[in-house]
This record gives sequence, structure tokens and C-alpha cells, in this order.
Amino acid sequence: MRHLMSPMDFSVEELDKLMDLAGDIEADPAKYAHACEGKKLATLFYEPSTRTRLSHEAAMLNLGGNIMGFSSADSSSAAKGESVSDTIRTISCYADICAMRHPKEGAPMVACRHSSIPVINAGDGGHQHPTQTLTDLLTIRSLKGHLGNMTIGLCGDLKFGRTVHSLIHALVRYPGISFVLISPEELRLPGYIRSDVLDKNNIPYEEVVRLEDALPNLDLLYMTRVQKERFFNEEDYVRMKDFYILDMKKMALAPKDMYVLHPLPRVNEISVEVDSDPRAAYFKQVQYGVYIRMALILTLLEIEVK
Amino acid sequence: MVKNTLNVGRIEEGFVLDHIQAGRSMDIYKYLHLDKLDCCVAIIKNAKSSKMGKKDIMKIECPIDFMDLDVLGFIDHNITVNIIKDAQIVDKKTLHLPDEIRNVIHCRNPRCITSIEQELEHIFLLTDEEQQIYRCKYCEEKYTGHLARK
Repeated sequence: MRHLMSPMDFSVEELDKLMDLAGDIEADPAKYAHACEGKKLATLFYEPSTRTRLSHEAAMLNLGGNIMGFSSADSSSAAKGESVSDTIRTISCYADICAMRHPKEGAPMVACRHSSIPVINAGDGGHQHPTQTLTDLLTIRSLKGHLGNMTIGLCGDLKFGRTVHSLIHALVRYPGISFVLISPEELRLPGYIRSDVLDKNNIPYEEVVRLEDALPNLDLLYMTRVQKERFFNEEDYVRMKDFYILDMKKMALAPKDMYVLHPLPRVNEISVEVDSDPRAAYFKQVQYGVYIRMALILTLLEIEVK
Repeated sequence: MVKNTLNVGRIEEGFVLDHIQAGRSMDIYKYLHLDKLDCCVAIIKNAKSSKMGKKDIMKIECPIDFMDLDVLGFIDHNITVNIIKDAQIVDKKTLHLPDEIRNVIHCRNPRCITSIEQELEHIFLLTDEEQQIYRCKYCEEKYTGHLARK
């Protein structure tokens, strides 16, 4: 039995297989509409997350399965002090697979050690959010046709943004990748990721502060939100939150085939006017998120559809 | 003239830990949980050493299968471990960095699941042998406590 704790749990070959399956689901959803009949997905969300929870639930419903779960710690036994390991032992008796989001880092890892059903890490604090990374990879591959040989701009909060960290880890495994790291000085990519991941793998990268300077040379721009909850100081957050705003004026500097991705939710870092630009791919990304989660559920449940 | 020497008697069975970095012997006492053992322990601090200048030495009298010495490799893999039986050195153990350390050091990340679930084992994995970096198995936070290699 396999779990998904980190995007690195899958080899490049396994990821290709997973993305091929997601592609087949996109092409022929009806073929998979009953694949999980009689199966139940438990969504154990100890902190609120509209998108990730609904995306997992939509994925299971699209496969003909059923869903159950809770969407905050207050409405679960955690409020009574139950441990993660006890909760998962119980849930294992009710469901066939589960997706867990928890504010504490490593909680899904604890769950998978005591679980008799596959556990999907649906986000643990600032640590991992592997299904977002899988979504990003599928989106890039679907839009660009490949995952290597491109220059990717990562913009915004590169210090606390776990989606960016995970994406870097996942992309350095493909040939010909280079990065432009666009952030204010205070939100630079942590040194250990620059040294342990980029330098160690001889990945070319440059760090810039101005988005305008980077845009003309990018094949893809990955925008992120400056997250209020990561700041201890309100003043620092207010100073950082409007640092980058992507608008049509800036988009005019970008190549015609430079797609814009964003893990969402956005606040104001992408102007609404950009939504109608054909290069704005963040809502397509949401759709790909459902396809990849459908492929993931099938893979972890070892269900093959002929 | 009175010679300034200190004599510590031989042990019948146990360990002599030599070449301990000066000042580290109390760490070893703590992490080997020697305070919980009813055995004779001699700690010699700041002994003269031609190689190290100053060093600590420990003599521990206990059955030799009594202790998990893996933790010593984590604290300082340059320590020489002499295994004593019938008052003779019967083996010298070479230490290496253990791949995993359980319940020796604690994760200091306040966002780690170990910070709220008290019954969980604190497990650290060796993730970079060259740089001697250990990370928490759950949250992957790097260990930076006082036993970390600087």
C-alpha cells in the first residue's frame, strides 16, 4: 500500500504514468465515471481549505465514489484531544482512502504509519502540499507539452511559499530547467534550497527584485500570494502584500506563449483584467487539479480501468 | 615533589570512552541515560592529550550489551570506544554517524506534530552525510541544537 506524503515519493517515470492517466481522464471522463463505485474517500481537514478539500471530493465523486469527513478541527474528535494516530485508526475502518490537511507539519506522516488505508497529504503546515505540486506539473506539461527545457519565473513569497519550494524540488529532476527567482529581499528563497537543491543539481538561476526585468525571458510565470498567516508582524505583511501586481501593462512585456500559473487563492497579485488573457492559466490549473487527484486516487487504490 | 596524577581503577566489564572532545562527557552521560543505570561511572574531564590538547575520558562499568552506542556516533564519531571484558580490552569499536536517531534529540520546530502529540517518538534521519545534517522525520526541520556540527 502506498501513501502520498511528498511529491518526491514518485519517481519521474511514475509521475509520467500518473500524468498520462490524468490526460486520459481528461480526454474521456465517462470511461472513469464508475471506477470507484462503492469506495469512500474521507477528507480529514483539521484546518479550513475550500479548494483542496473540494478538489479531492470532486475527484472522488467524478470517479463514482462517495465522500465523508470534516472540514475543521472543531468539528472532529481532535477538539476532544484525540491523537492523529487514533483518528486514522478509526477512519481506516470507515473509508478506503483519505486526504488529510493538518496545521502541524508531519501529521500526515504520523497518520500513514498507523493507517490501513492510503493517506494523501493534503497540506501540512508550511511543510508539504504534494497534490498542488502534482497539479502544477500536470498543468505545465499539458500547456507546454513537456516539463524540461524552460525558464520558469517564481514570483512573490519565495521564503514561506511551500508550493514554490515543492515545485523547485520536483522540477530540478527534468533536463534544461532554469529559474528566475523574483522576490523582495525579505522574501527570498531560503538559502538551504538554493544550496541544497539548485546549486547541488547545477540548476542555473538568477534572483531579481523587479518583475518587469524578468518577464521578457520567461517561458512560464508562477505567481504566489504573500500569506498573512506566515507573518508574525502585521506591519511586515502590509509592506509586502502589494509588492507585486501583475497587470496587462506588465503582461505586454512577456512572450506570447508565457503562461501564468498561481496556486490560488489570489488576493491582488494578479489583476482581474489578466484573467481574460489567453496566457492566464490559473483556472485551468484548478481543473487539472481535479484530473491529477482522480489519477492519484485510482493509483493509490490500485484500480485499473480498461 | 608530589606528582599531580589522578588514578581511576580498572573495570572488569564495560566501556572506556577515550578521545572525547573536552567538555562533552556530561552530554554523553545524559544521552546514554547513564543517570538511570545503577553502575559505576568515572568521568575524567580535561585530561591532557598529545593529539587533542585536552580531552575527556569516561569509564563505564556495565554489561557490554547493555548500551546503545549509536548515539555516540551522533555526538562525536571521533570518540574511541574500548570494550572491556575480564579487565582486558577485547574490542575497539569504530563509530559512524547513525542513519537514524530515536528519542535522543527533540524537534524544536513549534509547528511540528511532535510539539502537540507527546507520545510520538522523536526520530531524526541523516539526510546529508557529508555535511552531517539530521532532519526530523516528520517535519524535515534541520537539527540545530547544541549537538549539531557547526
